[in-house]
Amino acid sequence: MDEFILIFRHEDGMKVASPEQMQIWMKQTMEWIGGITAKNKFVGGNGLPFQDAKVVGYKGVVTNGPFGEIKETIGGYIIVKGDSVDEAVEFAKGCPVLQGEGNTVEVRKIAKGDGLH
Amino acid sequence: MMHQELIPHLFRTEYRKIISVLCTRFGFEQMEIAEDITSDTFLTAAQVWGLKGLPENPVAWLYHVAKNKAKNYLQRGNVFERKITPEIKSGFQYLIEPEIDLSPQNINDSQLQMMFAICDPSISAEAQIGLSLRILCGFGIDEIADAFLSNKETINKRLFRAREKLREQKIKIALPETSQIESRLDNVLTTIYLLFNEGYYSLNQDRLIRKDLCLEAMRLCTMLVENKITNKPAVNALLSLMCFQSSRLDARIDENGAIILYENQDESLWNPDLISRGGYFLNQASSGHAISKYHLEAAIAYWSTKKTDTAEKWENVLELYNQLLLIAYTPIAALNRTFALSKVHGKETAIIEAEKLNLQESPFYFSLLGELYRGMDNLKSKENFRKALAFIRSESGRQVIQTKLDGL
Repeated sequence: MDEFILIFRHEDGMKVASPEQMQIWMKQTMEWIGGITAKNKFVGGNGLPFQDAKVVGYKGVVTNGPFGEIKETIGGYIIVKGDSVDEAVEFAKGCPVLQGEGNTVEVRKIAKGDGLH
Repeated sequence: MMHQELIPHLFRTEYRKIISVLCTRFGFEQMEIAEDITSDTFLTAAQVWGLKGLPENPVAWLYHVAKNKAKNYLQRGNVFERKITPEIKSGFQYLIEPEIDLSPQNINDSQLQMMFAICDPSISAEAQIGLSLRILCGFGIDEIADAFLSNKETINKRLFRAREKLREQKIKIALPETSQIESRLDNVLTTIYLLFNEGYYSLNQDRLIRKDLCLEAMRLCTMLVENKITNKPAVNALLSLMCFQSSRLDARIDENGAIILYENQDESLWNPDLISRGGYFLNQASSGHAISKYHLEAAIAYWSTKKTDTAEKWENVLELYNQLLLIAYTPIAALNRTFALSKVHGKETAIIEAEKLNLQESPFYFSLLGELYRGMDNLKSKENFRKALAFIRSESGRQVIQTKLDGL
């Protein structure tokens, strides 16, 4: 069984959601993760708040946020277990982030660190 | 009370106290001797009281006899030592007066120490429960055999191996150091919870035995709550969970030992006192920052004390199961979560999720599917209940499924 990271990409990280909307998303995310956990396939994950985000660039130049230069921002990730990338993709399809148009979830296999990957 | 009734009663209340003190004093090396002395004390009581009538203070009498027997044993050991010791160390005469302290304080301390010593992961969970019943709860071997639906020989062997193992591992009978209390408490709580479940979900149809096991588990947990050192949030959470669950003990089993399903239970038989105690301990449990699985399970059990189906109830339960699965995945929690999901988002959604759970070896998996398909596709519902029947081991569980099948 392999591990896959599901990275949430938001098209526009500057959009401000209402507290009510945030709460609905939180709940949906909890339920989505609950479904994966119920299959015993959840490894871990975290949200990545946009607040206080910095980008360190060439020669140590620090800029605020990643929002200025790039359109996309990463809002969080989870790591799941899966027999194949297809299974991980099925999990990704349920991610509430995808309710926002332009948002994507990137699915990447995690190298096992056994020298073969 | 005549002595014929009094002795079994005292056996249940005093055996565990005396044996804990003696075991703590003698150590696991001589655990059997401690057990022998304790049993022998009650045998003497039966003989003497039968002839001479009851003493004025039967408990004090038992303690006195147990003390004397223990002292005699220790002194015999001393004589042997004194004869040999001079050969090794010449001219040094010493006689230790062996003190057996049966004060309430020492009884309590000894029981707590024994609890930590017995609930050691080096011996199997079954053996931990067996030894707990024997030493901490004062159950007889045949009572333990009854509880496990087993026989005396099997239980004796199991306990024998467990004692051997505790000796080999040189497990100390002592409270863990303060820094280790929480992690060692984990094991103790696991054993207490298993003991409780043994009663609550027992294969045994005898209502009294089952209730007894649940009450013993709660008694042990109460001892931990009453002690300053061990009165931790998770301990309170577990006690709260057991209070909530046991509030339905009288309502969930009929006179023939058959299980009465939650939805068919007579709510007036639910114990309001236990429900409110559950609430009290859940409050006490929320003093720290850490959330244990017992906190979440207690919160779920709280919602089970409200029989009416409300959106609020099921949304909360679903959320709690989501959190519980993150801390401690178990197939049962996964199945229960899916049931809660059906209550919040409807059966179609839940069926899709259920079929992805990959738990085709569990009878509960099929009975959940049977339940979800009921009223939607009764043929599939029957098919799943039949599969559940093929897997289920307990007679009471079989009856439950059969009733569901008959109702379709």
